[in-house]
Amino acid sequence: MPDPSPVSRGFHRKHPAATQAERLPPGQYETRDFPVLSAGPTPRSPLAKWDFTLRGVDGRAARWTWAALQALPRAPRTTDIHCVTKWSKFDTHWDGVSIDTLLAEGAKQGVTSAPFVMAVCDGGYTTNVPLADLVDGKAMVAFIYEGEPLDPEHGGPARLLVPHLYFWKSAKWVRELRFMERDQPGFWESVGYHIYGDPWREQRYTGDP
Amino acid sequence: MTTPVLAGAVAARVRWRTATVAGVVDETPGVRTLLLDVPGWPGHRAGQHVDVRLTAEDGYRAERSYSIASAPEDPQLALTVERLEEGEVSSYLCGELRAGDVFELRGPIGGYFVWGVQDGGPLFLVAGGSGIVPLMSMLRHRSAMHSTIPTRLLYSSRRWDEVIYRDELLRLADKDPGLVVTHTITRDAPAEFRGYRRRIDRAMLEEAGWPSGDAPLTYICGPTPLVEAVANEMVALGHDPARVKTERFGPTGPVE
Repeated sequence: MPDPSPVSRGFHRKHPAATQAERLPPGQYETRDFPVLSAGPTPRSPLAKWDFTLRGVDGRAARWTWAALQALPRAPRTTDIHCVTKWSKFDTHWDGVSIDTLLAEGAKQGVTSAPFVMAVCDGGYTTNVPLADLVDGKAMVAFIYEGEPLDPEHGGPARLLVPHLYFWKSAKWVRELRFMERDQPGFWESVGYHIYGDPWREQRYTGDP
Repeated sequence: MTTPVLAGAVAARVRWRTATVAGVVDETPGVRTLLLDVPGWPGHRAGQHVDVRLTAEDGYRAERSYSIASAPEDPQLALTVERLEEGEVSSYLCGELRAGDVFELRGPIGGYFVWGVQDGGPLFLVAGGSGIVPLMSMLRHRSAMHSTIPTRLLYSSRRWDEVIYRDELLRLADKDPGLVVTHTITRDAPAEFRGYRRRIDRAMLEEAGWPSGDAPLTYICGPTPLVEAVANEMVALGHDPARVKTERFGPTGPVE
């Protein structure tokens, strides 16, 4: 049994409880801003040279140019997002192409799926996500935020959006989804952050249950 | 297919510990350092942070992250906290809190924005406001290790009396030919101030930093607009993006 938390003398709630407190995972607070968190400089890829790749374990790949990606069916979505640094933001609006659509298109080109996925990004960032967390409408490649093209600071031209996991899994500047037979840590996962990252179980760091 | 097992991925659980406040140091009118005794503290690397959890008598809890200010070699763990206008946690830590009080803490957290003397240099540190905190841990570590790694700090503050660790920075640079500290004050610099009086720009980075040919390791920490601007300029100046590490927070970021 964990010991009960010690009371911090003189500390008390300063703000009224969030009106929708049940939407806040443990340890999170609501923000109206959209903070930026990245490990390095913001990469900038000209759209003319941008493409998106879905790559099977056997190396077979499907590739979309920017224009080809834009031509796929869209799946707009309104969702809450939760950053491991403690802020949550409610009712964010996104538009893009669902991973289901990309998988179906990829399958037509001979790309077979595998149980785990590594998202690979401009700037060298990577993050791992189980395939099950990307399908059935749970995730998309997003390029519109609040009706506008996604800013580079927030991952534009396109980022992965997996909002039911901590937001570092929603990889900015995503360029490729690479299938893996076995789970492997990505960038933050290999420097102390949780391999899966469920905000509702407060899986922030390595070893959190 | 092989599965590489990386050191960080097998680390032990980062568990909550009780920290006791050994003392507080008011650094500037809005910034306070907390000196903490944390039994069982596993040690940290310069640049890492901790999560702080406060519990009220009625059971209400709040969590925030704060950078570690002390060097790994220092006897006490030090956090430096900036009081934010609406900050529920920071206003408590910078106000009510006094020696003998307790709260929970876990860490260290973050294995990327870190520097140790074994990482070499030359080192270029760029801070905006309280973004100096993790960089100060690096400077204190460098000093504790008697390192001669050539190091330049460019530190932007709004006002001269808001410069955190002002005297210590002066002392560190005074005794150490390998360390150059450059200040820029963006508002109301005193007449006698001999430094820059504007926001950090490309010319300032060229003068106060290193040529790209020296391939410095660069750490930038501060509010998002400053970090974005500086990181972009560094890349434009020809620095390898892989050697430019950033940590962002502040006014446009979360409320704490």
